[in-house]
Amino acid sequence: MITPLVMLVDDEAPFVETMTKRLKKRDLDVIAAFSGREALEILNKNQNIDIVILDVKMPGMDGIETLKEIRARFPLVEVIMLTAHATVESAIEGMKLGAFDYLMKPCDMGQLIGKVNEAVRKKRGHEEKIREAHVKEILTKRGF
Amino acid sequence: MSNNTQLTEHYYRSLNRNIILIIFFVSIIPLIIVSSTIYYQFRASYHEKVYDHLRELVDSHTRNIDHFLQEKLGDIRFLAASYGLDKLQDEAFLQSRLAALQKSYGQDFVDLGVINADGEQIAYAGRFKLARADYSDADWFRRAIDREYYISDVFLGLRGIPHFIVTVRSSGKDGYWILRATIDFVAFTTLVENIRLGQTGFAFILNNRGEFQTTPIRGPSTDMMASKKIYTEFLAKSTDSPDQVHIAVKAVSSRHKNIYIAAFLKKGDWLLVYQQRMAEAFVDLNRTFTITTILMVIGFVGITIMAFTLSKTVVRRVAKADSEKQLMRKTVVESGKMASVGELAAGIAHEINNPVAIMVEEAGWLGDLMEDVDLGEGENRAEFERAIGQIQTQGKRCKEITHKLLSFARKTDTTVEDVEINELLEELVALSSQRAKYSMVEIRTDFQENLPTLRVSTAELQQVFFNLINNAIDAMDHDGGTLTISSRQIDNDLVVTVSDTGKGIPEANLDRIFDPFFTTKPVGKGTGLGLSICYGIIEKLGGKLEVESAVEKGTTFSVTIPLQSNTGGQDTQVSNGLNS
Repeated sequence: MITPLVMLVDDEAPFVETMTKRLKKRDLDVIAAFSGREALEILNKNQNIDIVILDVKMPGMDGIETLKEIRARFPLVEVIMLTAHATVESAIEGMKLGAFDYLMKPCDMGQLIGKVNEAVRKKRGHEEKIREAHVKEILTKRGF
Repeated sequence: MSNNTQLTEHYYRSLNRNIILIIFFVSIIPLIIVSSTIYYQFRASYHEKVYDHLRELVDSHTRNIDHFLQEKLGDIRFLAASYGLDKLQDEAFLQSRLAALQKSYGQDFVDLGVINADGEQIAYAGRFKLARADYSDADWFRRAIDREYYISDVFLGLRGIPHFIVTVRSSGKDGYWILRATIDFVAFTTLVENIRLGQTGFAFILNNRGEFQTTPIRGPSTDMMASKKIYTEFLAKSTDSPDQVHIAVKAVSSRHKNIYIAAFLKKGDWLLVYQQRMAEAFVDLNRTFTITTILMVIGFVGITIMAFTLSKTVVRRVAKADSEKQLMRKTVVESGKMASVGELAAGIAHEINNPVAIMVEEAGWLGDLMEDVDLGEGENRAEFERAIGQIQTQGKRCKEITHKLLSFARKTDTTVEDVEINELLEELVALSSQRAKYSMVEIRTDFQENLPTLRVSTAELQQVFFNLINNAIDAMDHDGGTLTISSRQIDNDLVVTVSDTGKGIPEANLDRIFDPFFTTKPVGKGTGLGLSICYGIIEKLGGKLEVESAVEKGTTFSVTIPLQSNTGGQDTQVSNGLNS
């Protein structure tokens, strides 16, 4: 199984840095982004990103708006929301908009890794189905 | 507190008085104008009618009397001209003539006499034994001998009873001679006495010396005395306008007024006077006046009663509405306070959460590294693990505290103290800076140094500015902008302005933003209480909260607080209300 590629999006640089180190140590490839806009740019360039861990409260383009954009432009990418208590409502809103799950900050590393793995499995499943569909389509076209 | 109650009472009293006065004037003035105009018009036309009637009466009687006198004179002239002195000297013939006259005219003619130029009566016919009477000294004779014909005033003469005579002068061979007829005084008087109206209207005749020619039978003597002057005034007009009918009104006593109508007779020699009590002549008018007055008084009383009841009802309702409003405002202030405390708590919770999250992550990272690094076995390793574990435990505890803070609400303290406004604003800016950062808002401050302190409640003032700053940041959300907070002392006021470069407030909403429950935020996002609470607080301090806004340019709220705000009493009252 290919190492999942995770993008961590939060405006708090120290948080992002430490998390990156910790996730890498747990055999994940991690890319850091410090705003919603930056995250979208990276997604544009890098088609291999599997999971986005997204903080809800960010200056400028916030987590919800970023989520909407991601769902619209990269529907296969799974999103895990990070939120403080005060923004649980926005996390719920995020779930409705198609986020994979949400976690409260500060979060338990074990929980986070578990969610990431679940999300990766879901994504891989999706990709598998798409591939099968492609194969079927090609076979149909060729008359088999 | 008592001062406040007094003020309120004074306000309601003056409101009551104003309502009464307004109702009163609005109703009474038209009532008076309409009634008096109608009454005045009626009075004018009624006066005219009465005067016309009386003038007509006097005029026609004057002509009647003149006609009567002319007729008698004509008879005598006819007698003198057709028979001459010779025949008339014969007393038997004269007697037959008198009998003929009396036959045609009743008892109008009393007697006839022929007088020579010396004043000696040379022939007489009648019931009095007056033959050979000497009239040479009589006043009437001297006048009669000077003119062709003459009608005398009333006099007693030789016979001792009032009478008047008609004479005709003719010339014979021995010079002038006079034919004289005595006219029955009673018959003549009846002509005048027939002019009667009501209880007090009567007529009489005066000669030009003011002597009565007929008996004014029914006039009260006091009236006659009081009227003397009027008669004289009328008589004075005999030369100017003998043909006119004259009218005068005079008070004869404190209670009565008389109307006088007068016309001249006998080419200005005599004056026919008709007089009547004013009250009687205008009895209908007086009745109308009484009715009008009664109606006006009834209207007046009705309006007064209505004004008092209505104003009482209105003032009672206003007072009730006011006290309800007062209660409502207290409730609104309190609930608004709770809301903003909640908001504040939410902000703090989030801000603390982030650093704590980082700390916990760092501790976790240390834990991760520990697994790889060989620190050897024993106490030290255990201590490291315990310490990292402790950091994570305490981090979780912090998280719990912030979460509790969110659901924690406490009553805000409204104790009055000395407040440094700049310090207070500085604190609020620090509190809001995180939020501002998220909305990409830059906060600028422009404080005047060494401002005097305010004696207010810190919590309340914080609430006001926290609200204004929050609103300003909301107005610039997403697009970012500049929030400028300035403090200035202008005369005896402290002026703090909070300006943003946000969306601005549309004109239509501008005068409603201070209304309770007015909000443009989606349901559940805003209570619509923030600004109305701010308004209430600033107003309580005796200050002003004003707003200026241009759409797409920004909004400026300015808070003016008097430096010597004397609101201690009210503050105590409010805080008592909140704490109880």
